[in-house]
Amino acid sequence: MAASILDGIFNGLSIGSILLLAALGLAIVFGLMGVINMAHGELMMLGAYTTTVVQRGFRLFGDGSPLFDFYIFFALIAAFFVAALVGLALERGVIRFLYGRPLETLLATWGVSLILQQFVRSVSGVVTASLIVFCLSFFGGMWVLKKRTNFEQIRGWAIAALLILSGVLARVVNRLLAGAYGLAVTQPWFGAQNQDVTAPGWLRGGIPMGAYQLPKTRIFIMALTILCVLGVYLFLNRTTWGMRIRSVTQNRNMSACLGIPTQKVDALTFALGSGLAGIAGCGVSLLGSVGPNTGQNYIVNTFMVVVVGGVGKLIGTVVGALGIGIADYVVGTGMLANLTNNEAVEGFFRFFATTSMAKVMVFLLIVVFLQFRPAGLFPQKGRSVDA
Amino acid sequence: MTVQASSERGGIDWVKYRPLLIEAAIVGAIALFLILVLPALLSGFRLTLMGRFLALAIVALGIDLIWGFTGLLSLGHGIFFTLGGYALAMHLKLPQPPGSGLPDFMSLYGVTELPWFWTPFYSFSFTAVAVVVLPALMAGLLGYVIFRNRIRGVYFSILTQAATIIFFNFFNGQQQLFNGTNGLTDFRTVLGQPIQNPGIQTSLYVLTIVFLIVAYALCRWLTSGRFGRLLVAIRDDESRTRFTGYNPTGFKVLVFAISGALAGVAGAMFTLQSGIVSPNTMNIAFSIEMVIWVAVGGRATLVGAILGALIVNFAKSLLSERFPDIWLFFQGGLFLGVVLLLPAGLLGWGRTQGVELYKQLMGQRRVATYPSLEEDPEVEHERKNLGD
Repeated sequence: MAASILDGIFNGLSIGSILLLAALGLAIVFGLMGVINMAHGELMMLGAYTTTVVQRGFRLFGDGSPLFDFYIFFALIAAFFVAALVGLALERGVIRFLYGRPLETLLATWGVSLILQQFVRSVSGVVTASLIVFCLSFFGGMWVLKKRTNFEQIRGWAIAALLILSGVLARVVNRLLAGAYGLAVTQPWFGAQNQDVTAPGWLRGGIPMGAYQLPKTRIFIMALTILCVLGVYLFLNRTTWGMRIRSVTQNRNMSACLGIPTQKVDALTFALGSGLAGIAGCGVSLLGSVGPNTGQNYIVNTFMVVVVGGVGKLIGTVVGALGIGIADYVVGTGMLANLTNNEAVEGFFRFFATTSMAKVMVFLLIVVFLQFRPAGLFPQKGRSVDA
Repeated sequence: MTVQASSERGGIDWVKYRPLLIEAAIVGAIALFLILVLPALLSGFRLTLMGRFLALAIVALGIDLIWGFTGLLSLGHGIFFTLGGYALAMHLKLPQPPGSGLPDFMSLYGVTELPWFWTPFYSFSFTAVAVVVLPALMAGLLGYVIFRNRIRGVYFSILTQAATIIFFNFFNGQQQLFNGTNGLTDFRTVLGQPIQNPGIQTSLYVLTIVFLIVAYALCRWLTSGRFGRLLVAIRDDESRTRFTGYNPTGFKVLVFAISGALAGVAGAMFTLQSGIVSPNTMNIAFSIEMVIWVAVGGRATLVGAILGALIVNFAKSLLSERFPDIWLFFQGGLFLGVVLLLPAGLLGWGRTQGVELYKQLMGQRRVATYPSLEEDPEVEHERKNLGD
């Protein structure tokens, strides 16, 4: 009995810690800007793909070499920066035009998520080259044109012309490269199939604990989550930029009046949230294979964590994620059904004792919970909330 | 004045109703065009697609009603759409007369007795009511538990999205009840007639158009009067609406339920024409796609919603035939482009910037501020004498 409860708690915490890792970045971004980033799952996916790339790179040292065993740390850092950079580009390119319109942001980021999904499917040498050519010619052209004094007048036409011109240029480069090198550059790097990530040697297997094995990867993810939460907590509460982020979260206008560069704060926060998504992606890549749709599996659950946790405090996200994780596991394995002797109640719980039906039950529980705490566990308080 | 004069005469005031009559005439003309002329212009394949897309336009009207007018972004309309589809499909799957066997898929899973909730679907009239009422009830219930706590904005969107996943999981998991992932398909007869019969297909097409017109008229009626103004008030400032003495909750639940009912009808018509209903239409992607139809056409314009649904779906079918590999790029680009460049949709753009561009091209001077401000002598005087 005690062992099964321990088992339940461990597994629940394990699921919850993955959720927490995934939801951490989302909660920060949502808390600051009220923006629901539908592409968050895809940023995780990018982090996971970065992990596979780093792993392929370290394969060059040989599979058993001591260096290979530590690829995961490089992968974590790389995943953080790749996702953060993409997030930064996303914020500068799309989201900053949509502040104050959260529903539109939701649609736009959904579009971004579709593009990113297709991007990892079809990215190849030639696609990368055309993309680089396009960006260089477009932003280079803009940079040159910006020096003209009458830029504001010709802005609309300039952008249209440059878009077409760069598009054509990229297309030409695409054709030329594909013609010259053939399959060597047109072959997609990843394609639509799933990529496998093998955990380093020291993370394989498990630690025996009584009758159970605790898988080391899960423990690693838990440790990673704790580290991330601590890191974010220290960053938000102990650094100048963290203080600025908190201040903008509480009152954007007042912060701007006091000289805080809110645009920079937004960009930084979004990059941070995206980077955390990258780390989460690296973490979940240890649990199973990685595909273009990896992000979609996490997105709804992480949103629920944010809804349950509320946006005011980090602790809300932590409690929300762990609570949902434990509830998911406890319901999904039919543990409650085993605890009772009443036949009807047992049948009721048995009905929900599958992975997909457990989600149904957890959602119902969340809706019931929201009847009592509509703004989540730790809501923001004060006048600025309901603006 | 005219109103007074006519009411004294006691007759019907034709002047007052003239715009409405003109609109009705236009709608009738378009309907006749769709029914009589279009079949001659399009190939059979495209015409079937047209029929399905017209069904989707009904759900777009529903989305427009809640998003465009009331400001509630629902990402859960796939649920109501599919529920309507399932309600009708259950009727079509049941062998007639009642009691003469089980739907064919059930024997695969060893079901020997018809589940209790399938029984009422033997009756066609019950089914016809259920297609409307079931999604409306579900939407009303979901709306009630969310709105009564004043949960709104993105929270509402997230919850409806989660509900979509939940229903998807539920229908996917219940193989014995709903045939799981495969969904209900292979319908043979509707009201005793073979469903593949060309005559039946044509009448389904016409029926879809009729439903679309009814839905349009309903939305037009709802949004033009006091109710419509209240919806817009809720969208623009819910707190202020509350302070003026209205309780938005009831109105929001009602409009969400109506929107769900429209989605249900659309789902039923779509199912009839495509011949399958499966949990796949309950996924998140499809529900968000519905929103983008409305966004492309123009929010808070009913015609825009219909146009948007038709345009986007035809573009989708053409583009995904030609570029199946990179279709998602187009779709993602569409989301980004509409939100960033065309926030008012095609129709909204045509009404404001389009008119302006036309005037500019025709050589008229562009008025940068309010026209009355330009003509006001006092403003002109101050402009000259005070400077900036």
